Amino acid sequence: MEVLNLENLKYLFILALYVLAIIGPLLVAVAFLTYLERKVIALVQYRKGPNVVGFFGLLQPFADGVKLFSKETIIPASSSKLIFVLAPMISFSLSLIAWSVIPVSENLVLSNINVGILYLFAVSSLSIYGIIMAGWASNSKYAFLGALRSAAQMVSYEVSIGFVIVTVLLCVGSLNLSNIVLAQKGCWYVFPLFPMFVVFVISALAETNRAPFDLPEDESALVAGYFTEYSSMLFAMFFLGEYSAMILMSSLGTILFLGGWLPPFDNELFNVIPGFIWFFLKVGLLLFIFLWVRATLPRFRYDQLMRLGWKVFLPLSLLWVVLTATFLIFFDLLPNYES
Amino acid sequence: MKKIYLVLKSLFLIDIAKGLYLTFLRMFSPSVTINYPYEKGKISPRFRGEHALRRYPNGEERCIACKLCEAICPALAITIDAEEREDGSRRTTKYDIDMTKCIYCGLCQEACPVDAIVQGPNYEFATETHEELIYNKQKLLDNGERWEDALHKNINSDIEYR
Repeated sequence: MEVLNLENLKYLFILALYVLAIIGPLLVAVAFLTYLERKVIALVQYRKGPNVVGFFGLLQPFADGVKLFSKETIIPASSSKLIFVLAPMISFSLSLIAWSVIPVSENLVLSNINVGILYLFAVSSLSIYGIIMAGWASNSKYAFLGALRSAAQMVSYEVSIGFVIVTVLLCVGSLNLSNIVLAQKGCWYVFPLFPMFVVFVISALAETNRAPFDLPEDESALVAGYFTEYSSMLFAMFFLGEYSAMILMSSLGTILFLGGWLPPFDNELFNVIPGFIWFFLKVGLLLFIFLWVRATLPRFRYDQLMRLGWKVFLPLSLLWVVLTATFLIFFDLLPNYES
Repeated sequence: MKKIYLVLKSLFLIDIAKGLYLTFLRMFSPSVTINYPYEKGKISPRFRGEHALRRYPNGEERCIACKLCEAICPALAITIDAEEREDGSRRTTKYDIDMTKCIYCGLCQEACPVDAIVQGPNYEFATETHEELIYNKQKLLDNGERWEDALHKNINSDIEYR
């Protein structure tokens, strides 16, 4: 039996093309997200932001990329070298593999698996490993404290994100991401489940270690948190990982609450615009919220963060799960999927 | 009652929403950035920038080597050597300022009885090496010639306050 026959090779080649077609635009999006972040924060603070490289500074992210590439990679003498190098790779690749199940449009999805949301949830939990390994392997106080904070924070907020997802699942009756989107035809879940949407956005901020919950990289206390010791491309990988995790969380929010690729109203005019454009617009909106919040709010104290996670969001989301379930059973609205 | 009000207020994120609204409005106000290398901010006539040694309009150097500036300089940045010139007048043979020691306090120009050493409006004299920032007499006199118009104007505009 020949495994590597022509047929299989062709299949693998096409699969690789698909993967490149996802990763390429994603990395470009990450690059421009950094630009957009600097621009939004600058606007809020009455500044101009990057405006020298290219038109309106549009080439700034590429200049930054070239700079990062040309820097020297410094590996601390007392670090455990293998794990030190491995950690950013894990963190980066984990934030990429989650994209395989994100349906950008009706048929534009790499693998339309039936446990899509579980897969996403699992992968986003795994990304803690990259951070923990980085903090441990660096053999530095700051990195270690940052990693510990990050682990505790991500575990805490995963609980409330889990309940948010459960609420949506109760309404949909399917774990398949495409089905979740299709179930929102007519009414996006952001309207009936608005409190859950707010909980989701705030938890997503904590989950991706973004301001005001950016305690793992708390620069005023921990230098740079878990990537204090990293430089050059290893640092860039953490950076790319963080930003693509942001885009991933925004896409998840779009799929769960904002109706994925569906247009806002089901009429001729809106249906002309292809689904993926609607998808990107909604993701862009959520990303803007990320940046907007970063420009507005100061960083939380660590005990405040934990209190919010365990004593506010956990009971709140649990209550809402019960309420939603009661409502659905009482009015006999439980969804019924045969597939 | 107050407690309930506070709990509700934080539960519905009222203050955070207010803050977000404020920053959203701020995004549309014009920026206050000065686009530096292309635009420059206004500086006061008393601005204490790069040093210069001035000359009288007839070309004679003003400095009489009294060494008051050297004496008052808190950073010990000024070094002066003086000798009698052929015509019998007292002049410096060496007037060095270490610009990397200087703290730009302006005491030298205040000490100077003849307005010879002054600090001009130029602040763009960064160099790539340390040596270039150790100014000698020739460099300072050249600065004086280069900035004389501005220096003259600034000193005149400030004269009634001295």
